Amino acid sequence: MENRPLEYDYTVAKMFMLTTVLLGFVGMLIGVILAFELAFPSINTVLGEGLAEYTNFSRLRPLHTDAVIFGFTLSGIFATWYYVGQRVLKVSMAESGFLMFIGKLHFWLYLVGVVAVVVSLFMGITTSKEYAEFEWPIDIAIVVVWVLFGISMFGLIGMRREKSLYISVWYYIATFLGIAMLYLFNNMEVPTMLAASPAGETGFGAWYHSVSMYAGTNDALVQWWYGHNAVAFGFTVPIVAMIYYFLPKESGQAIYSYKLSLLSFWGLMFVYLWAGGHHLLYSTVPDWMQTMGSIFSVVLILPSWGSAINMLLTMKGEWQQVAASPLIKFMVLGSTFYMFSTLEGPIQAIKSVNAIAHFTDWIVGHVHDGVLGWVGFMIMAALYHMAPRVFKREIYSKKLMASQFWMQTLGVVLYFTSMWIAGITQGMMWRAHDEFGNLAYSFIDTVTVLHPYYTIRGVGGLLYLIGFVMFAYNIYKTMTAGRKVEESELQNASPMGA
Amino acid sequence: MFHWLEKNPFFFAVGVFVVIAFAGLIEIVPNFAQASRPVIGTAPYSTLELAGRHVYIKNSCNACHSQLIRPFKSETDRYGHYSLSGEYAYDRPFLWGSKRTGPDLHRVGNYRTTDWHENHMKDPAAVVPGSIMPAYKWMFTNKADINTAYAEQLTVAQYFSVPYNKPVPMKDGSTKTVKMGASVAEANALALEQAKEIAADMKDQDVKDAVAAGEIPEIVALIAYMNSLK
Repeated sequence: MENRPLEYDYTVAKMFMLTTVLLGFVGMLIGVILAFELAFPSINTVLGEGLAEYTNFSRLRPLHTDAVIFGFTLSGIFATWYYVGQRVLKVSMAESGFLMFIGKLHFWLYLVGVVAVVVSLFMGITTSKEYAEFEWPIDIAIVVVWVLFGISMFGLIGMRREKSLYISVWYYIATFLGIAMLYLFNNMEVPTMLAASPAGETGFGAWYHSVSMYAGTNDALVQWWYGHNAVAFGFTVPIVAMIYYFLPKESGQAIYSYKLSLLSFWGLMFVYLWAGGHHLLYSTVPDWMQTMGSIFSVVLILPSWGSAINMLLTMKGEWQQVAASPLIKFMVLGSTFYMFSTLEGPIQAIKSVNAIAHFTDWIVGHVHDGVLGWVGFMIMAALYHMAPRVFKREIYSKKLMASQFWMQTLGVVLYFTSMWIAGITQGMMWRAHDEFGNLAYSFIDTVTVLHPYYTIRGVGGLLYLIGFVMFAYNIYKTMTAGRKVEESELQNASPMGA
Repeated sequence: MFHWLEKNPFFFAVGVFVVIAFAGLIEIVPNFAQASRPVIGTAPYSTLELAGRHVYIKNSCNACHSQLIRPFKSETDRYGHYSLSGEYAYDRPFLWGSKRTGPDLHRVGNYRTTDWHENHMKDPAAVVPGSIMPAYKWMFTNKADINTAYAEQLTVAQYFSVPYNKPVPMKDGSTKTVKMGASVAEANALALEQAKEIAADMKDQDVKDAVAAGEIPEIVALIAYMNSLK
């Protein structure tokens, strides 16, 4: 029994792969619509005045961010966990009926949560806190989903055959703990349905409404401690988990340095949480916190670049693979964007730079070079690597994959360059004074000047979305029409059609 | 030690948790009590203003407008005195925003009027040529949710000691008492009273008729909130 190769069970991984593709498309589509609404405001009423309430920028904006974070990225994290977890722990989901049940329950409850989020955000039910917009009933559902994820994870770890936890598992554990802590503390709220008037009436007002336990400056502090680190434990830690597994697997190369991975892991864990204060520079939180936020943001370059360099050096002596394989291209460019983004962030966290950058589109650009270039590329690469092994078919088209890569790369470049220019232009115009010390520009001057950059950004986003549709099509064709292959035939590199 | 941790998931998880929880404890906890104290001149929101604040949140106005004036000459020239921590003492949630697609609104009540907001919310580009802000026409027909605002007032008064029906000090040495109803009916009556003052300065006949008939369109509540931002 022990000598036979394990048959891993990918039932749950497949389910989450599906939502990764589906919600990725939805989130990115809404993003493109939003981008063009800023460039051409008439699109706000594209479905007529009657539906304007549901198609205008402000109602759609949280749907975009949440669909991409809690839809696309979270699904990608779950999908890869249910794939990578079994393999690095050398245990199959099929060995435990209990874990299989928990895994499926995890998926279906997650799906219910997604539907509830979409409906409530369209209705305008939101707490306004970024990436924590959901009201308390949905918060409770999310906590349940997260606990199920935890049971799945620690359950599998508990029955593992491989005693030593692989690097990816460290990062998945950290993802689970980090998000749990952040989400719980940032969403502390009191439901207003508990209120009773002096006249003795109860149960009036919206039942789902709540009020934050923190006020003003404290609320801002907790929110950006959460907001910044939701990026850490949603967009960085689990994505690093993925690349530590998928890059060595796909390239057939061993990780360059164990010590470097150790240093970057514990460094990242310790440093990241301090950096949230950089969202609040020049605000009303105490100066020492702002300074801590700034300093730790710069220190954060070290562990971030540690992981990225470890990945790039893993390709040492095998660089011809980058030219030969579009799948390796996605991962190598992904870690390059990670380096770029984790250098850009600390620069923006320097107080004097932040004075110009804060509140402008440069921040939006920064988020997107990280999310499109690093998170998006890595999740798509992971799914491309998983598809032949999960569906036992070769990837439908290598050419399509290569065209997708170049189209999306161009999209990301257009996105962040236009947002750089837009952000710095606007930041400089806001602060410009004429020779008499009066403001040189009215606010609207600093809006109309952005029109060309908003248009370019929209085009960049559209290219990325088209690339994503090519990805979805390629995966779909792989499932249905790819040439059949057996796991035993598979070498490290994923088999691909022409 | 690290090799040992990697073979013992429980202690590994404990280790990770300690390392990540550390920063939050040190950064957030020590200043907590001090940052929540109001400055003189800051009063709680009235029922109608709070309902307006809910309209503001419902439509994610904070996605494009900040409420945080930074201590730079260019910002104080444009928006007024820089923001103080205590001014936010009754803001649950805070609405600082993270992006200024439109201008800051922390002191918009100082330099915009009911009339201006009415025209602007109906057709922003007609008031500010070149504006990319969408129109918010549905706010003229949707009704504000006064009951929820009242439930929130009761909640914050009970759990966070927000001083409703109590005098709070103003900058000129006087005091101001923000009234909160003793029943749902009284809360609605108080909101309607303030709504009538707002509607008197408005031109939209449908809104005026609605308020006269005892209903409060969202736009009236929103303007009450905007006017309270000073």
